[in-house]
This record gives sequence, structure tokens and C-alpha cells, in this order.
Amino acid sequence: MTWDSTNVARLREKTRRRHRLGRVGLYLSAIGFSLFAVFPFSWAVISMFKRSNDLYSRDNNPFWFNEPPTLQHIQYLFRETNYLTFVRNTLIVGLVVTAVTLAFSLPTAYALARLRLKWGERMGIAIFLVYLIPPTLLFIPMTRVINFLGIQETLWSLILVYPTITIPISSWLLMGYFKSIPMDIEEQAMVDGYSRLGAITRVVMPLMFPGIVAVIVFAFTLSAHEFIYALSFNKASAVKTIATGVPTELIRGDVFFWQSLQSAVVLVAIPIALVFNAFLDRFIAGFTMGAVKG
Amino acid sequence: MALLEVRGLRKEFGDVVAVDGVDIKSEEGEFLVLLGPSGCGKTTLLRMIAGLEHPTEGQILLGGEDVTDLPPRARQIAMVFQSYALYPHMTVARNIAFPLKAQGVDGPERDEKVKWAAGLFGIEHLLHRRPRQLSGGERQRVALARAIVREPSVFLLDEPLSNLDAKLRAAARDDLMGFQRRIGITSVYVTHDQVEAMGMGDRIAVMRDGKIRQMGTPEEVYHHPADTFVAQFIGSPPMNLLDWGDYILGFRPEHFLPEGVQDGGDRVPFDFFVNRIEYLGSERYLYGFIPGHEETKVIAMLPATVTVPLEEQRQHRFSVASDQLRFFDKDGGQKIPPQTIQA
Repeated sequence: MTWDSTNVARLREKTRRRHRLGRVGLYLSAIGFSLFAVFPFSWAVISMFKRSNDLYSRDNNPFWFNEPPTLQHIQYLFRETNYLTFVRNTLIVGLVVTAVTLAFSLPTAYALARLRLKWGERMGIAIFLVYLIPPTLLFIPMTRVINFLGIQETLWSLILVYPTITIPISSWLLMGYFKSIPMDIEEQAMVDGYSRLGAITRVVMPLMFPGIVAVIVFAFTLSAHEFIYALSFNKASAVKTIATGVPTELIRGDVFFWQSLQSAVVLVAIPIALVFNAFLDRFIAGFTMGAVKG
Repeated sequence: MALLEVRGLRKEFGDVVAVDGVDIKSEEGEFLVLLGPSGCGKTTLLRMIAGLEHPTEGQILLGGEDVTDLPPRARQIAMVFQSYALYPHMTVARNIAFPLKAQGVDGPERDEKVKWAAGLFGIEHLLHRRPRQLSGGERQRVALARAIVREPSVFLLDEPLSNLDAKLRAAARDDLMGFQRRIGITSVYVTHDQVEAMGMGDRIAVMRDGKIRQMGTPEEVYHHPADTFVAQFIGSPPMNLLDWGDYILGFRPEHFLPEGVQDGGDRVPFDFFVNRIEYLGSERYLYGFIPGHEETKVIAMLPATVTVPLEEQRQHRFSVASDQLRFFDKDGGQKIPPQTIQA
């Protein structure tokens, strides 16, 4: 093929068409994925305001209001169940577990990543293997332990057990973040006049921020959604979390309180989504902060 | 009294001996270069002086005080890492102020010192930037300013020029020397680049396998190498070394000249078979061998001012001034006194 003007024009047209097709494809798939992600959430939001007749009638459009919306199921949730107690319990367990997880996994990860321990690497892998034992297997011996300690039917049972899952994983996760921070920076801070601890808090921790956020998100969401331990340790309504309280108290026999169930889910999901969203910006900012060189 | 003194310093990592009995005395204001191939222990030695590694044996003294067991922060030492190790989450100004903060220097005094240090390296206009917005050369200046801001007693530099491109490196070397002369601060500089070492050092310590093989001025290590390792490590091209019966004979390529170029003095003649000639503008490199010693490659370096016509694949008559011949022991390669020589 020679470079005459008709050929160039044809090539240009072809490239333009391909570019346009690419854009169309990109937007179509983006819209598709957005709908896919939004669908369950929006269905839940619509359902929580639906009257029972509207919800259960087969002739009605399930995705829209066929009768005027109502707040009565949300009122039921707050008045007839311990929903606010569940929320409070979930928050307490989540926050304490997150704090305990950070307190243990930060020093563990630091030691495994930085100090020249021969078995550091192997220990890291061993820690990760712990995660592979499923809670469905562990809850039986764990129940014995909890009963032995006499902390069944208290929030302490969950505060004690959840870190057994979160600390190993978080240590493993943070180990990678610590390794990504050059040793030079830390040693430079030590030469510049700080103790090892001073160097860690002033220089390493600010750079660790994305990792710490990841651990907070992980530990908190695990505490909030964990079901098996929460169900087997705590049966009294006053010590249930959302994950166990909502399904056990809004499903009675074969009666499902669908609208109240949906309300319970949406009402906790919205604030958590907003908080995570706020973190997300810092998360990305942390990633793009720039490294030592280049 | 030496400002920095190292006595019998030894460092083992498991079975590996990284530094093996090093003694150094450095006077106030001296620019000491630790030179050696990679893995020779020079960086480990520097890190022990900084307090980042604890020696297995030996002592480190600063101003006569034993600081061996003191942590880095207590030593009043500044160090510049090869990577510059700038704090990426801080602006240049905060980077430079960081060591002052550790000392509790506050307010206007701190700002003033930061300005002074930035001024020394001409980076006042960069104070509000972050490390990632700087070029390699600018980062190096920030690292130097941060090191100097609290006026340390000793300045340690770990290959600070190796991340710069060749052109920038020459300029940075010049800057660094000018600055060191101006401030007059005792410096220990680690490098594997012998050109840097020769050009910058008041004294050079040539290291290999954890030991100092020779310590002396650039002239001493170049003209009077203590052993065959130093003879070959320093100089480009390196010293020619020939197995000469009972000992090893050495001479620098620039002293190996065609007969008649330099007259007078006591000269030792050699036959030289030239395999190949490289013309490099300012000089000519001649590669070949001395008949009877075919196994050893010999290089002659002739300055452009020597215009004697020479041909490849021919034997020529060369000579070396006898006071430029060096002699080394056959086992161990140590320097030995001049021998009589039968060419």
C-alpha cells in the first residue's frame, strides 16, 4: 500500500470509526455494570416503602409503587424490634475489634517485614494459612472456649473471637505495606534524631495510611456481617448484632417481614457507604503520593 | 585527637564477615573516601559509623568519646542515603526542618536555619514542593540541605551521586566538593567509582572483603599501590601486571612508552608486540603482549602528543622508567622493595 491521499483518508476514517465504536462500547458496558450494581439496592429501597398488598400481588410491577408508599414497616422495625440495640452492638463490636486488630497487627506486621528474622517469611505464610480454616468448622470448639470463659451471651464473646480472624489477615496485609516503604526513609529519620518508634510514628505511619484504612474497612465489615459465631454465642436479643438480630427477629417461622428486613439493611448500608466513600478519596490520595525515586 | 576514629571494627551477618577488623582515624575537616567493589563492606562500615548497624566487635569514637553503643539519634551525625530517602509526604521545607524538630528547635530559629541550608544549595524556590515534583539533582540538594541543617560533626554519604546521569554527576561532584571545602566538615564518602574517589578524596581507603587494603592520598594509592588488588582496582586502564619469575612486575600504561619518546634517566627496555591500536582522540591505547609473556595482556596509553608512528601486528621497542616499576610478592600480592630486573 502506498501513502497516497485516498489511502490516508480511508485509514483516517477507519481509525475515527473504530474510536467512536470504542467509546460507545465503553459507555454501554459502564451503564450495564452500574445498573447491575444498583439493582439490588434500589429494589430494597423501593420495597421498604411498599404496602403489603402491593408487594404480594403477582399482577403488580415489582419495581415500582402500585399503591402509595408507606412508612409503617420502618416504624415497625424501630418500635417492635430491638433494631437500635442491634445497631449499637454492631458499632461497639466493630469499633473495638478494629482497634484491637490494629493494636496487634501493626507491630506484628512491622516485625515480620522489617526485623531480620529467618523465620519471618515462613511465619507470614503460616499466619495466612490460619485464614483457610472455615468458621463453620471452628465455631464448635470456639463455643466450648466461650462457655469455658463464661462470656457467652455478652458482646465480649465476639470481641474476643473476631480478632482471631482479623489479626492474621491484617498482619499479612500490613506486612506488604510495610515492605513497600523503603527502609532508607525510616533509617534516615533515625539518623535525623528520632528513636525507632519516633521514626515509625512520624514517617512510616503517615505513609501506611492506605494500608491502615484497608485494615479498618476489613475488620469493621467482618465484625458487621459475621453470622455463624454471632448466632452461636449470643441468643438474647439484647446482645445480637445486625447480622443475627435482623434475620432472627424479622423472620418468624415462615413469615418474612420483607419490608422491615429491607429497611433494616438499607438504613445501615447508607451511612456505611458514605463513610467508606469519604475514606476512598484518602485511599486513592495515599496511593498516588509518590515514592522515593522516579 | 582524631574527630572520627574506628578501632578493630568487625561485623558478621551469620556466617558472612562483612567488615573484618577495620581501623580508621580521620582528622577534622577531612574528606575520606571508602572505595571498593560492591560487597566489600564499605556501606556496612558507614552504617556502623551512623549507628544503624551494631558492630560484632570493635569501637567507634567521635571526638574521643566511645559512641559504639549509642543509637543513631545520639551521635550528631548526618547521613545522605543513595536513594536520598526524602520523606514523600512532606514538603521540601518540612523535610529540611525535620532534624531540627527532633532537636526541639522551634519557631523563627527553625525557619531561619531551613532558609540558610536551602540557600547553601540554591533550592529556596523549591521549599513548598514535594519530593515527587523534583528532579534527581534537586532531590539530591534537598537531601544534602536536610543533612547539613543541624550542623553535624560528621557527614556520611552513601554513593550520593550514583542516581544522577553522567553530566549531572560531574556538576554535582563539583558542587559537593565546593560545599565541603566551604563548611570544612569531616566527611566519609562511600563509592565504587574510582574516578569519584580520586577526584574528591583527601584520603582514600581501598576496601576489599571487609578489610582496608590501603589507606592514603590519591597520589599514594595510585603511584604506590600496597598490593596487586589496589594496583588493578585504581586506574583506568589498570596497572599492567606481569609474572616475572620470582615476583610480579607492575607498571602503569601511561609509563609504557616507545623508545626514544623520553630520554635520560634510568629506563628499562621491553619488546612489545602490538595486537590492536585504539585511537581515542586525546590518547592512543595499544593492546598487545611482551614476548615471553604471551598469556598476559599489556596495555600502553600514549598521549596525543606522542606521534611516533606505530603499526598493529608488529613488534616495537618500548621502555619504562625504572623508578616507575612496581614489584609485588607472588603469593598474596603484597608490595615488595624494588628488584633488579633483566628484561
